[in-house]
Amino acid sequence: MLKRLRENKSAQGTLLALPTTLWLFILLVVPLFLTLVISFGRRGIDGNVTFVFDQNHTPFDNYIRLFGYSVTNCHSGQAACFDPLYVNILWRSLALAFNTTTLVILLAYPLAYFIARARPKQRNMYLLMVLIPLWTNFVIRVYAWMILLRKEGSINIVIGWVMRWLNIPFTPLEMLYTPGAVLVGMVYEFLPFMILPIYTSLEKIDPSLYEAAADLGANPLKTFFRVTLPLSMPGVVAGTILVFIPVMGTFIVSDILGGRQVILVGNLIQRQFLDARDPTFGSAASLILMIMTLIVTYFYTRKFGFGEEIVVA
Amino acid sequence: MNPHRRSPFIIVAAALTYFFLYAPIVGLVLYSFNASKTNIAFEGFIPAFGELKTDGSLIAQSPCGLFHWYCELAKNSDVIEAAGNTLTIAFTATIVSTIIGTMAALALQRYNFRIKPFSQLALYIPIVIPEIVMGIGILTLFSQLFGWANATFGLTGDARFTLGMATVTMSHIAFMVPFVTLVVQARLQGLDKSYEEAAMDLGADEWTTFRRVTFPMILPGALSGALLAFTLSLDDFVITFFTNGPGSTTLPIYVYGLLRRIITPQVNALSTVWIFVVFVAVLLLQILQNRERKPHL
Repeated sequence: MLKRLRENKSAQGTLLALPTTLWLFILLVVPLFLTLVISFGRRGIDGNVTFVFDQNHTPFDNYIRLFGYSVTNCHSGQAACFDPLYVNILWRSLALAFNTTTLVILLAYPLAYFIARARPKQRNMYLLMVLIPLWTNFVIRVYAWMILLRKEGSINIVIGWVMRWLNIPFTPLEMLYTPGAVLVGMVYEFLPFMILPIYTSLEKIDPSLYEAAADLGANPLKTFFRVTLPLSMPGVVAGTILVFIPVMGTFIVSDILGGRQVILVGNLIQRQFLDARDPTFGSAASLILMIMTLIVTYFYTRKFGFGEEIVVA
Repeated sequence: MNPHRRSPFIIVAAALTYFFLYAPIVGLVLYSFNASKTNIAFEGFIPAFGELKTDGSLIAQSPCGLFHWYCELAKNSDVIEAAGNTLTIAFTATIVSTIIGTMAALALQRYNFRIKPFSQLALYIPIVIPEIVMGIGILTLFSQLFGWANATFGLTGDARFTLGMATVTMSHIAFMVPFVTLVVQARLQGLDKSYEEAAMDLGADEWTTFRRVTFPMILPGALSGALLAFTLSLDDFVITFFTNGPGSTTLPIYVYGLLRRIITPQVNALSTVWIFVVFVAVLLLQILQNRERKPHL
């Protein structure tokens, strides 16, 4: 039998790939399928998931509720059965992910460009300075902003000093537990994930292209928009995927910096599983989240391509 | 044109972005020396060494002086346990995912087989799907499976299947493997197959070829894959959050728990130690890479 395996290339390949494939199948594919099944169920009186339906319950109730129809109101025949609560949450998460990604690109690009143009010796040090915040734990980085944004925090203290120096009366700002705090926290968390892929694609550009552009009479600005930017697009695309998808699903940043004020899909799902204990509704929300990110990623990569830069971060 | 010339705008923008990256970290470290127990505002450093004395909510003097909160941290058995759990999970998951991930990379790069398209597709799941979706999916799988098993076999008390170290480690392997495979695959793409063919032509059997030629060639790739996997595991919050149970609290979960209750400067001390460890690790890695590169230059 061993001898036959030695000659059968296809069997060898299957055997080598089998542990990983099985592991991913059991712990990623099966759970996704289970999530789909459970999203059609409902929470029974005993707290368990049931699939028994009557005239008041259909298998699609969770989805109907998510997309704005208050199931209880509609079934009891009330006129106002539209309830935008969850649509707002979905919309807010999508908008926040777009804003975060845009801000992160605007901040990351100049820095990546700065590093890519640095002399080789300094370049390593500058890159290292990006890696340290990246490897510092996610939760710790959110906490750091809690200290800065608090009413008694460092930002208010510094503004206070400036204002006192200018003789302007100043009451400390309430910055923590606002949508702005969540946006800043998200940008901070995901900035390194954009810097690294953009840097990688900028570094690959042959410097003689800049010379050629200059020789042909392009000014620096034109060189940037006609040469540098198009050639670094794969990095921007990879970075966008690395930032957009996690921002859509993160619940820690909004939990800690947003308090109870800013509720995103992530918070909604987390609460259904742990606090409110309706895993069927949580499952439906998480499938919608997955579909939303897949649609955005699909159209985005179809337009710009899927770079290999995604591996570097 | 000097390729290293950068406009002042770029230099200022880069400096500001570095400031943005580091200001929160500096604040975090500073507050770890805070005399205030409540840690809401910075009320000065702990002034003196000596017997522990407090003045309201302020620490007036401490046996560890300035480093009071670091001493408290060292005495905190929950932190020690969480650190132990974090490392145990990271090491186990890294070893398993590196081995099976490297095997899969070899298979995908060098062989053709029937389930290849499926294996390849499965690898992209953790990259394109938000972590929370995987987290609640795995939680559902385990809770359904354990519920069924406990009922069927009539398990009670400590004999029951529950979430714990095993479930966290298994889930970590699931999201780490694809990264290992992708990194090793990227390395394999750059390697010439003719070395292996030459070994075979010279009479080496397949096993010898693997041991003496293929394995040494993929080792650097496997090691960098392992390193990436290890850091992913140490850093993971979301998957761990949904799959941990009693006795399997990791450091990120522990810190998150503290943030929702009373925050003493101990959290800052813990964060500072963490940042310091990361700093040393990044530095060592850089030195190692430079030494590896030098002979080729």
